Amino acid sequence: MSTENIRNFCIIAHIDHGKSTLADRILEKTYTVAERDMEEQLLDNMDIERERGITIKARAVHLNYKAMDGKEYVFNLIDTPGHVDFNYEVSRSLAACEGAILVVDASQGIEAQTLANTYLAIEHDLEVVPVINKIDLPSADPERVCEEIESVIGIPAMDAPKISAKAGINIEEVLEKIVTDVPAPNGDPEKPLKALIFDSYYDAYKGVIIYVRVKEGQVKVGDNIKLMATGAVFNVVEAGYMDANNHINTGSLSAGEVGYISASIKSIGDTRVGDTVTNADIPCDEALPGYRKVNPMVYSGIYPADGAKYGDLREALEKLQLNDASLSFEPETSIALGFGFRCGFLGLLHMEIIQERLEREYNLDLITTAPSVIYKVKLTNGETVFIDNPTNYPDPSILAEAEEPMVKAEVLAPSDYVGNIMELCQERRGTFKDMKYIDETRVTLHYELPLNEIVYDFFDALKSRTKGYASFDYEMLGYAPSKLVKLDVLLNGDIVDALSFIVHVDKAYSRARKLVEKLKENIPRQMFEIPIQAAVGGKIIARETVKAMRKDVLAKCYGGDITRKKKLLEKQKEGKKRMRQLGTVEVPQEAFMSVLKLDE
Amino acid sequence: MTPVGVYIHVPFCAAKCPYCDFYSEKYSSELVKSYKDAVIRRIMAYPYRTAVDTIYFGGGTPSLIPEKYIEEILNALYSHFSVKSLETTIEVNPKIVNYNKLSAYHNMGINRLSIGVQSCNDKELAFLGRKHSWKNSLETIENAARAGFENISCDLMIGLEGQTISSLRNSINTLVKLPIQHISSYMLKIEENTPFNCESIISRLPDEDAYADMYLFMVEHLNSNGFAQYEISNFARPGFESIHNNKYWQCKEYIGIGPSAHSYFNGKRYTSDINLEKFTSSENAGYIITDDNPGSYEERLMLGLRLKKGIKISDFPELDKKLQRLGKEMLKNELIEIKDDVLSLTAKGFLISNSIISSLI
Repeated sequence: MSTENIRNFCIIAHIDHGKSTLADRILEKTYTVAERDMEEQLLDNMDIERERGITIKARAVHLNYKAMDGKEYVFNLIDTPGHVDFNYEVSRSLAACEGAILVVDASQGIEAQTLANTYLAIEHDLEVVPVINKIDLPSADPERVCEEIESVIGIPAMDAPKISAKAGINIEEVLEKIVTDVPAPNGDPEKPLKALIFDSYYDAYKGVIIYVRVKEGQVKVGDNIKLMATGAVFNVVEAGYMDANNHINTGSLSAGEVGYISASIKSIGDTRVGDTVTNADIPCDEALPGYRKVNPMVYSGIYPADGAKYGDLREALEKLQLNDASLSFEPETSIALGFGFRCGFLGLLHMEIIQERLEREYNLDLITTAPSVIYKVKLTNGETVFIDNPTNYPDPSILAEAEEPMVKAEVLAPSDYVGNIMELCQERRGTFKDMKYIDETRVTLHYELPLNEIVYDFFDALKSRTKGYASFDYEMLGYAPSKLVKLDVLLNGDIVDALSFIVHVDKAYSRARKLVEKLKENIPRQMFEIPIQAAVGGKIIARETVKAMRKDVLAKCYGGDITRKKKLLEKQKEGKKRMRQLGTVEVPQEAFMSVLKLDE
Repeated sequence: MTPVGVYIHVPFCAAKCPYCDFYSEKYSSELVKSYKDAVIRRIMAYPYRTAVDTIYFGGGTPSLIPEKYIEEILNALYSHFSVKSLETTIEVNPKIVNYNKLSAYHNMGINRLSIGVQSCNDKELAFLGRKHSWKNSLETIENAARAGFENISCDLMIGLEGQTISSLRNSINTLVKLPIQHISSYMLKIEENTPFNCESIISRLPDEDAYADMYLFMVEHLNSNGFAQYEISNFARPGFESIHNNKYWQCKEYIGIGPSAHSYFNGKRYTSDINLEKFTSSENAGYIITDDNPGSYEERLMLGLRLKKGIKISDFPELDKKLQRLGKEMLKNELIEIKDDVLSLTAKGFLISNSIISSLI
């Protein structure tokens, strides 16, 4: 097929504005999926995605559409992750497209991710096609939203399709817009191969499958391909496209097309998103721009609640890593928690998703430590070290200067909440940059914030102080000097390494206070009194006490039910197994988790 | 063969107390008769001449059924088993038994009474939904003594609404002056499927600290009045510790007869269906084995540590290791006592015995 009739596009939206539902409708209308096979949000095939309504990994689907002009078109719908943690992946998916459908909720209007994603699309020279969704809601105000798009983003929106993806209203209009507004791809099929990897996943039978957009040249079964960033060479076994459920091996892909390549690739580490695929025998001169290696931003210790499951946890992490090269982990030992792994994540959502998948798909009971960012620490001997685990934070006596990562944060909210938002950002050591009115009632605020202040629960706090109306996005800014201290927790006089964290000196006292209170709430009364202390540099700055338990007895025990009573005690003993035994203190899993949510 | 105990569960009550989760049915004379016949049939199904040295009628309300049925059951026991009873007990409710009934019990060879006094304070009795008053209890105790009983136990509950150390002291002071030899004292426990398991009741009960203080006071006060503690909830004048109940804590065998009654006999623990109809209509059916290898380490430890005299550490091979980790802290906090080879719990330790025992098994 001539590239004239190909349309490569993605859908971008703020969370919950209806991206996946629209994707479903497009699949239906193009008969890619029969209505009866339709599963809600087909493109998101992981349970967690479906529940959270977010797309974690990009996928691409090949659709056939007969337009009103009577011609047959091929649509390649590239689904993108919708969260800031996956910004780089989003940018690579966008680079595979010529156009982006911008879905905006007809009652909510523009939100933080709407803006972030649109700017990203415009940066990649994509044609942005606005679509107003959820027009069937009583609170819908499509005209206002169109105006907002024109005034805030500055793209024409008056003739934007006004649809309801859920109710299937006006979907054809969207399809026609794709034909008329999204440019056809260009690229010379005769040039040496140049294809962009925008996603990959591990298939147990075929090895790693890579998803590519061919920019120049072509690739055929039997070709030797080279992945330019890693230099690895493979022989192509299959090349083709994906319909909603299957890989269709067409034997080749050529400039302008989107599809998959399978080449007996063993390790996902070889296939980096953003890398360029070329022909090993007739290579192109230079790789496509924009590739970078993704680095974890947030680290956390993950431990099995039951120490015997360490092997299972390792196996599960290895399996997840097959499909997620951005997840990193290495073994770590904690005195309190035993054997576990230090895991690196792209961001908070990524961390939560991984934890949830481990618990749900691999049935593991986990204890996670407080997330930590990476601190840059200069030592008195001139050396610079990066610290991702509070346990390794250097002693103040050899520490010359500490730096912490900063982010540029954008918050969008109704203007009524500006005071609350400012207060929150102030509390989190933010520096105000600017504030702009989007319209009469809504503002966007820019702040510079330390990443360590937002890794805990910033988003939750923001939501609760704006009745859920605020949306939030951030990008990395680099490092800035900071006065940091390590806060230790002592139970019955012994430091619990898994509870240590790094905190700005001005916040040490209030954090310590909250922390000991939380722990007191979550550590049950035991046989003995337990002092809970928080210390900075050996100095106790907060203390609480869990009083000794006074009554835990089966008063009556006669012949009647000795078996039952025995089982009761055995159950109690089992319950103890779920606790961590730290010296004479038993600490329940919840206590470790509670310190992750100090502001609740 | 070591003699066993026999427990007869009498599953009838005039009215159900709102805190009680023992199995019972409403009294009816036909049901009671078929129940009695079934008990006798089940006795006969046990091996002939089984040696028995204690008998205990519990409930339910054993004193509710005609005394001639109690006598028939006793006769069946005497004729089928080889009974040399050291202790034959019946639980009685104040108000339900009069002098004649008590006298009849005494004449048929019953030598120990367990009286459901619960409290000497009428307000506390009303809270429990008991139908009797302290005056009824007093009469019952006096009648019992007059009928010739020299081994009388009274139940005393703690943890009641409005109960204080001072009201508890009054109850104890009143009781210890009477001709009784034994006190079983229970902390009120809210059982799941009872009317008491509701917020409006639970919120009226003393809190953990008040409970604990009352218990510690009670142990102290009973001890100083000549009732030595020999088990978590049991106190006796010297020589009046219950022989039958001791069997439970010493892992000795007993035969339980009656719906919901449990047995430990012939090396197995088993229970019979909690259903009167099934009990009366079938011969031997309805036995469910709950443990086919009783007397385990955990069981012996759990039961042995209920007793004031404690256990021999050397009888429990892994105990030493466990004590090394926690023993010091437990001793420091006065939860346990270790004398030579004997480990026992203090009153403070009894109060949290579940935690202590589960950390030692």
